[in-house]
Order: sequence, then C-alpha cells, then structure tokens
Amino acid sequence: MKNVRLCTVLFAVLVAVLGLALFPAAAQKTPVLKIGINAEITGDIPKVGEATKYAAQMYVEDVNKAGGIEVGGKKYRLELAIEDNEAKAESAAKAATKLITVDEVIAIVGPQASKQAVPAGEVCNNYKTPMVSAWSTNPNTTKDRPYVFRACFLDDFQGPALSIFASQEYRFKKAAVLYDVASDYPKGLAEFFKKDWEKRNGPGSVVAYESFTTKDTDFSSQLTKIINSGAEFLFTPQYYNEVPLIVQQAKQLGWKKPILGSDSWASDELVKLCGKDCFGHFFVSHYASAGAKGATKEFIDRYKAKYGSIPDDVAALTWDAIGLIGAAIRNAGKLTGDVKKDREAVRNALAQTKDYPGITGTISFPPGSGDPIKCANIVKINDKGEFEFYKSVCP
Amino acid sequence: MTVFLQNLVNALQWGSFYALIAIGYSMVYSILMLFNFAHGDVFMTGAYIGCGIAMLLLGLGAAGLLVLPGWLVLGLTILLAMIVTAGLGMFIERVGYRPLREAPRASAAITGLMIGIILETGNLILLGAQRVKFPALIQPVTFELGGVFLTNQKIMIVVVALGLALALHQFIRRTRWGMAMRAMAFDYAVVPLMGVPINRIAALTFALGSGLAAAAGILFGMAYPVLDPYMGIVFGWKSFVAAILGGRGSILGATLAGFLLGFIEIFVAMVFPSTLRDFIAYSIILLILVFRPYGLFGEPYSVRLRL
Repeated sequence: MKNVRLCTVLFAVLVAVLGLALFPAAAQKTPVLKIGINAEITGDIPKVGEATKYAAQMYVEDVNKAGGIEVGGKKYRLELAIEDNEAKAESAAKAATKLITVDEVIAIVGPQASKQAVPAGEVCNNYKTPMVSAWSTNPNTTKDRPYVFRACFLDDFQGPALSIFASQEYRFKKAAVLYDVASDYPKGLAEFFKKDWEKRNGPGSVVAYESFTTKDTDFSSQLTKIINSGAEFLFTPQYYNEVPLIVQQAKQLGWKKPILGSDSWASDELVKLCGKDCFGHFFVSHYASAGAKGATKEFIDRYKAKYGSIPDDVAALTWDAIGLIGAAIRNAGKLTGDVKKDREAVRNALAQTKDYPGITGTISFPPGSGDPIKCANIVKINDKGEFEFYKSVCP
Repeated sequence: MTVFLQNLVNALQWGSFYALIAIGYSMVYSILMLFNFAHGDVFMTGAYIGCGIAMLLLGLGAAGLLVLPGWLVLGLTILLAMIVTAGLGMFIERVGYRPLREAPRASAAITGLMIGIILETGNLILLGAQRVKFPALIQPVTFELGGVFLTNQKIMIVVVALGLALALHQFIRRTRWGMAMRAMAFDYAVVPLMGVPINRIAALTFALGSGLAAAAGILFGMAYPVLDPYMGIVFGWKSFVAAILGGRGSILGATLAGFLLGFIEIFVAMVFPSTLRDFIAYSIILLILVFRPYGLFGEPYSVRLRL
C-alpha cells in the first residue's frame, strides 16, 4: 500500500515538474538551442571553471538580449547546460556523455585542461558532437578527431611566432637559445624555434644553442658562451621560476640585449621573483589584459564590470570558443530540429571557420584540423611590471 | 682570454657553495665516520632561515623600529642564521644520529636520508610549493674589468666562503676543541678514555657543519634569489662528491675540491656542449678518484672503518 501511495506522489511530482518545464518553453515562440559547458568548476583548478562559466554566460546573455541567434531565417534562443567535471579525467568523460545524451546539446565548450579535454574529446568524437576546448594545448585533444576543435594555439606555434617577431621587429639575424634539456615543453619549443629561425635566416643563424638540466641554478657558463657568440637576442622558453635567475645572471654578466620567452613566462610570480630585471623583455601569450584594444578591451571592461575581476586567458579563450560555436550555428544554413543532423551541420560549419575575429586573435581552421591558425600576441613586461600587449604576430 | 677569465670568475662563485657545504660533510664524515645525507637539506633550511631573518630585519627597518644599512642586515642575517641552523644541526645529531651511534652504519646513513625528506616536506607543508624570493640585501653592482664582468656580490661570496673555511681550519688546528675533534677522527674508540666528551664534540661538529651550510645558503640566496624546498638535494650530492674528493677530514681539501668541482663544471660547459656538462664533469672526477682513491689530500688510513 505504502508503495502505491509513494508511486502516486512521485508521479504527481513528475507531472508537475514536466509541466513546469514544458510550459514556459511552449509559451515562448522562439525555440531553444542548448550549448554544453564541461568545466573544471570544482577540484584543483576551480578558477578555470569559474572563468569558463562567467565568459559563456556573458556570451549567451548577449545573444539572447539581441533576440537570439538567427539560422536560416529563424531565431533561436541560446541556453547553457553546465556540467562540472571536478578537474578529473573520468568525470570529464561522464559530463560529456551526460551533456550529449541527456541534455542533447548541439555543441560543447570545454573541458579546458588537457587532462580532461583528451578523454572528453574522445566521447564527443564518438557521439559526433562538436566540442571546442578553449585552453587545452595537448596535441592529442584534437588529433584524428574531426569533431574536436580548440581556440588556443599549440606549443609548436610559439617558436615560429617569436622567430617572426624577432625578424620583423628588430631585423635580427643571430639568435641564442637557452633551454632545459630535461623538460619536454622547453625542449620542444627550443627545437621548433631553432628550426623556424634557421629556415628564415639560414643554417648557423642560431649562434648559441645552450642547455641545462632541471633544478640547475647557475647558468653563468652557458650565458658567457651566449654573450660571446655575437647573438642579438636570447630566447629562453623556461618557466617563471627559472626565468628570473637567467635574466639576472645574464644582466650581471653584461648582457643588455632583449630576452624573449614563451607563454610559460605568464605568471604573476615572474615579476614577484624577478623584479625590475625582467622589465622590457617579451614573451608570447594567448592574450594580454593590459594594453588591449578594440573588441578585446571591450570584453575586458564588460567582464570586469559584471564580475569584478579582470578576465584571465581562460575567460578570453572561452569567449572565443563559444563565439566560434555561435558563428558556426549561424553558418550552419538551416537547422532541422533533429539534434544529430544539426550537430553535423554545426561541425561542418565549424571546420570551415575562416578569419573569425576572436578577441585572442583571428582564428581559422585549416582543412582537416581542429587546431586553429591564429595570430599570437607578443607581450612586453612594461616598466610597471605589467604584462602589456605589444604586438600581434601572424604566421 | 676574456671568456676564460669570465668563466674563472663564474667558477669561483659556483665553487664557493660546493666548498662550504663539502666542509660540513667532510667534518662529520671524518669525526663520526658517517655520511650525513641530510646536509644538503640543512643547506636548504639554512637558506630559508636566512631568508626569514632577513625579511624580519627588513620589516623592522621598514616599520622604522630598527633601521640598519644593508651590509649590516646581511652580516646579522648570516650570523643569526648560522647560529639557528647550528642549533638545528645539533638537534639532528641528538635525535637522529646519537641514538644510532652504535647501530650499523647503513642505519645511520638512511637516517640522514629520512631527515632530509622530513626537512623538505616539512618546508613544503609550512610554506607551500611556491618559490620564495630571497630579498636583495645589498644592491648588486656590476662592473667591468677588461671585458670581465664582476659584481660586488660575486666578490663578497668568494671572500666570505674562503674566510669561513680558513677560520674553521684555524679553529681545528689551534684550539683544544679542534684538537679533540682531530683526535676523534684519528681514533674514535680511545678518545673517550682520555676524557674527551665525545657527545659534545659530535654536537659541535654538527653545529659547525650546519653553520657553514647556512652561510652557504644565504650566499646562495644572494646570487640565485629563488628558493625552493628541493634545492638542497643535487647540491648535497655534488658537495658530497667534493668532500670525498678532498680527502677525509681535510678542511682545506674539501674547500679546494669544492672549488675544483665548480671549475670542472663551468669549464666543461665552456668547451663542450652544455648538455654534456655533468656527464663529462663527473666522469673526470671519477677518473681522479680512480687514481687517488683517498682523495686529493687524504691519507691512506687504517683506522677501523666502521662502515
């Protein structure tokens, strides 16, 4: 008896919930498109999840305020379905599955960190649902997955970007490199840079290619070599805890030329540890808040007014990731209402993205790849120790 | 030529740290016949203690309570950090080594490893994983001398390191305490029968070694102002190499071997690709040891090796 009563109650509740859920939707004339957010809202990197959510919500509000997104002469409202992946690989795959099968989203933004983005990308690709990670730089996230894209550039692009910058800005011909041979990221970047620089300036134009191993603190011998090699600048793709030592020792050995770095420099800790010695040097970044112009500045100002903090690179890249999806929906031609077919249409439009004006750079996807071709931002550490946008460099 | 001279300056600075740490290793090794593998981490702790004292003194200065010139702050920092770290060394000896003095040597050796790990992770718990910046107590002034770049810091580091090594050498040669230490190194079993308080001598040995390691830590912080909890490990190993290379119980031997290690590392990187630096440098040292197994200044000893 008890069970029957419980069932009745549950049924009533279900009807009520369904009714509530259905009625407003039915009352509104504009149909709804759902975009999934698979973000690191709890776990090790909650700031990343927060920035993702904030940027995506701001974008959706914008679109809906303007009456929705127009596809094939019909207007659609956007709605977010937000899932927390707890910054765990398993949860990310689960979250993606739920967004695809339960929420029936048309596309997914995130996960952001590669640890989560790689497994979630697998799920999305299997379910043929377009996914755009804003922040993941691991090649495997998009590799052989036609449905997975990203909004940021990859590590291997940073080398050429700096090589172009040094050639164009200073007309330099001779480069020196100092990197950690025992760590993947610096080693890879050093090699990419050397390859591109020698392609541009001929063999032997990297006049000093010096290395050290992780945990080394004294670079005096390498730097003495570099200083006497006649190099016009130094490229050092190291982390923020090593850069201060390198920069200070170089200065004390009489080096007065520019030092260029990679996006691993981009940490508030760098200026804290390095102080004035690092001022005036450059590095590559996805995005810089200080000195931003145009649409980027507008985004920063609005985000700041809305949430009370300056958007970080995750927020800016998420804005571009969801923007890419928005543009793809717009360009999908016509939506059928069958979510599987519509996902296919959005993915095809996404793959054909060309010169999308993102706030982190103009984005295009080359044929057969989810890794964008975009411009890199060169950031200068200014006299106040801020990371200031200096110049955009395009391949 | 300028490159050579420049690297000579580089090597002098780099060798200073090895020398100061190697002395501590060498003393403990010769007097107590044990490898204090925690010594590299004592160096690290000394650097952090120095950093804390320096920030405290600078903070007092900023608050207007105790305004001191930079060089005096540095001097006080070195002195106070040496005293505090010497206390730490004595504490390590008391809790970690004294109870194990009659235990197999392997037990005492791993005690050092464990104390090292405790110091590293303790620091990690206390201060977190982010790097700590060592405050610049004296502004670095770079000057050029015939194409060779020097800084006031570099000169200070080498002078202080050599001064401390020499002072310790004199202490061991000329004082009664030093004599007791030498006696203990000579024969550990007979010395107590002569009325020498071996517990006190052992504590003193640890105190002196740790004090020097603290001085090395602060000088290191001046030259490489980014501190991290694991910075002592590799440094410890390499200084240990220098201690053995110098010869058992020889303060001057350890000092010279420390500098030699610095020279070899720097000059190998000058001549060969820097990727091969440690590979070649330590092959050379291995070769030296093959021909001089007792180290550069060590004498063959027949004292019962209690290893």
